[in-house]
Amino acid sequence: MILRATDRVAVWGVTGRQASFWTERMIACGTSVVGGVNPARAGALHLGLPVWGDAASAGAFDVALLFVPPAAVLAAALDAIASAARLVVILTEFVPVHDMLLVLATARRAGVTVVGANTAGLVTPGEAFAGIMPAFNARVFRPGRIGVVSRSGSLGTLVCLNLVRAGYGQSAFIGIGGDAVPGTTSREALAALEADPRTEAVVLLGEIGGGLEQDAAGLVRAMGKPVVSFIAGAAAPPGRRMGHAGAIIGGAGEGHAAKRAALEEAGAIVVATPADLPAALQRKGIQP
Amino acid sequence: MNLEEHAGKAILAAFGIAVPRGQLADTPEQAAQVAASLGGEVVVKAQVPTGRRGKAGGVRFAATPGEAAEHAAALLGAGIEGHVVRRVLVEQRLPIRRELYVAVAVDPAGRGPVLLASAAGGMDIEQAGDIARLPIDILDGLSAGQAAGLAAGLQAGPELTDLLLRLYEVWRLHDAELLEINPLAVLADGSLVAADCKLVVDDAALARQSLAPVAAPEATALELRAASLDLNFHQLDGNIGVLANGAGLTMATLDMVRHAGGAPANFLEIGGDAYTRARPALELLLDLPGLRAVVVNFCGAYARTEVMAAGVADAWQALSPSIPVFFSVHGTGEDAAVALLRDRLGIEPFDLAEDAVRAAVEAAR
Repeated sequence: MILRATDRVAVWGVTGRQASFWTERMIACGTSVVGGVNPARAGALHLGLPVWGDAASAGAFDVALLFVPPAAVLAAALDAIASAARLVVILTEFVPVHDMLLVLATARRAGVTVVGANTAGLVTPGEAFAGIMPAFNARVFRPGRIGVVSRSGSLGTLVCLNLVRAGYGQSAFIGIGGDAVPGTTSREALAALEADPRTEAVVLLGEIGGGLEQDAAGLVRAMGKPVVSFIAGAAAPPGRRMGHAGAIIGGAGEGHAAKRAALEEAGAIVVATPADLPAALQRKGIQP
Repeated sequence: MNLEEHAGKAILAAFGIAVPRGQLADTPEQAAQVAASLGGEVVVKAQVPTGRRGKAGGVRFAATPGEAAEHAAALLGAGIEGHVVRRVLVEQRLPIRRELYVAVAVDPAGRGPVLLASAAGGMDIEQAGDIARLPIDILDGLSAGQAAGLAAGLQAGPELTDLLLRLYEVWRLHDAELLEINPLAVLADGSLVAADCKLVVDDAALARQSLAPVAAPEATALELRAASLDLNFHQLDGNIGVLANGAGLTMATLDMVRHAGGAPANFLEIGGDAYTRARPALELLLDLPGLRAVVVNFCGAYARTEVMAAGVADAWQALSPSIPVFFSVHGTGEDAAVALLRDRLGIEPFDLAEDAVRAAVEAAR
């Protein structure tokens, strides 16, 4: 799930206003966007790209980037999976959970990786990006050796900015999304960065709700690379959904303290405020 | 959406799962009438869309219609977990031989449905350790063989197998996040009756489910206004207003306020397409009582900061509040946003979000 410049990206819903804005920026950042899909506009040329009616009639691609409304995600994702995309990235927020379960079960059988839904996407600074992150802003992203995993695009942006300000750069940004049932978990994103030769250390951005951080802690213990973390929601009241579908403290293990304890026990440094992440990297022996 | 018990039970009944005889009542007199028509002992149950109702005293037994009326009078208008009780369900009291627990839930770790069952039904199922978990492949569905295996584990026969298959069908057809029967009553003759029902339908799927709306928990006037504006907003008890884009950044900004020794007055995020609604969002925020300072923390990814900054400047100039505001603005559209704030409000954003927060906490002292 680390995006490369050689990955061929097809954008579902490419003709939409927001999708056009972001597709232009992806192309400007070096992403190999090969075309788009929109059944209603098949045969058109948009942003200089071919528009196909479905995946079967599309040219070859590796990554399906879904920029479609919630009700259209299931059909679009199944279409992309059936056409042997390697990776399906779902940006859409408010996808029904049962639809995601169907997508994920189908993807599992086909050996396809899904990132999202409700993700800000993937960025590999200096190479490519797929999603809705300010990859084109040199104050936020620059090539480097820190892998960043985040449930949130906005917090991910803040932290990438902090890293660049402190002299670090990123090897990859993996947005896993804010939904309760993510296609790619924090743990799986950590595993990808552990295996990536260009990544030296990992920043893990978690939040309250669910058990992703505890699940990730199980891998942190076994990783050779240092992990530093910030978990948003220490000040969040229990029982209230804090913007993300997954960000709600239901049980005792879903609060900030339990997640922090699990990650610290596994050897990660968990900081109290995002600006402290660069100093935590230094404490782990990772210099800018 | 968390359905009230009676609504969940109506769905179970439509799918052939037995529920106790009973009826809704919204006055004590009606409760007495229902109890009289049912005959014998009854249960009076507060209808609020929340768990932990039993522990909060929302379920009461009555031997006579008069007693049922007394319980109804005590419950109607009372608050349970932030919900006001508007009606009670009066049901026959079942001759229960034993209580089981059955549920279908979404398992985030397995990324699929999971069937849960336990021979220890009742109020404290959260503490019961012996819950059998059966992961289901959503593409295959629940097979009769799987259901029978689980039923056998609970020393129950084909009645339970049949019920589990129906339970899964209800879960699947209603876009449920959770469908729980606790307790599932086993009567003397071995028949099964759903003594309770908790059905949580996925909010993202409500558009394709035709369900009667459920009263939202008690909300403040500002929270109701935020809901009408389709904004993610929670009123908290501090004096520092917080406006940010995106759930993660907004939570982190609240954490920064707390970390700097201040108290946030709210959670309010304008991520996603709400980024175009910065003006009504800030106007809402400025109506919070006792506000001493505002911190605006934008880190634009999808949300364009120049659009949000324009909305903020519009609201600020329209209302010209007497409290200070501190900004940090980065990401998509950053240069235009900073120039706009400089020109229209004469304000220079802080580079570091934590510095903007610290300034707000200082100003609020």
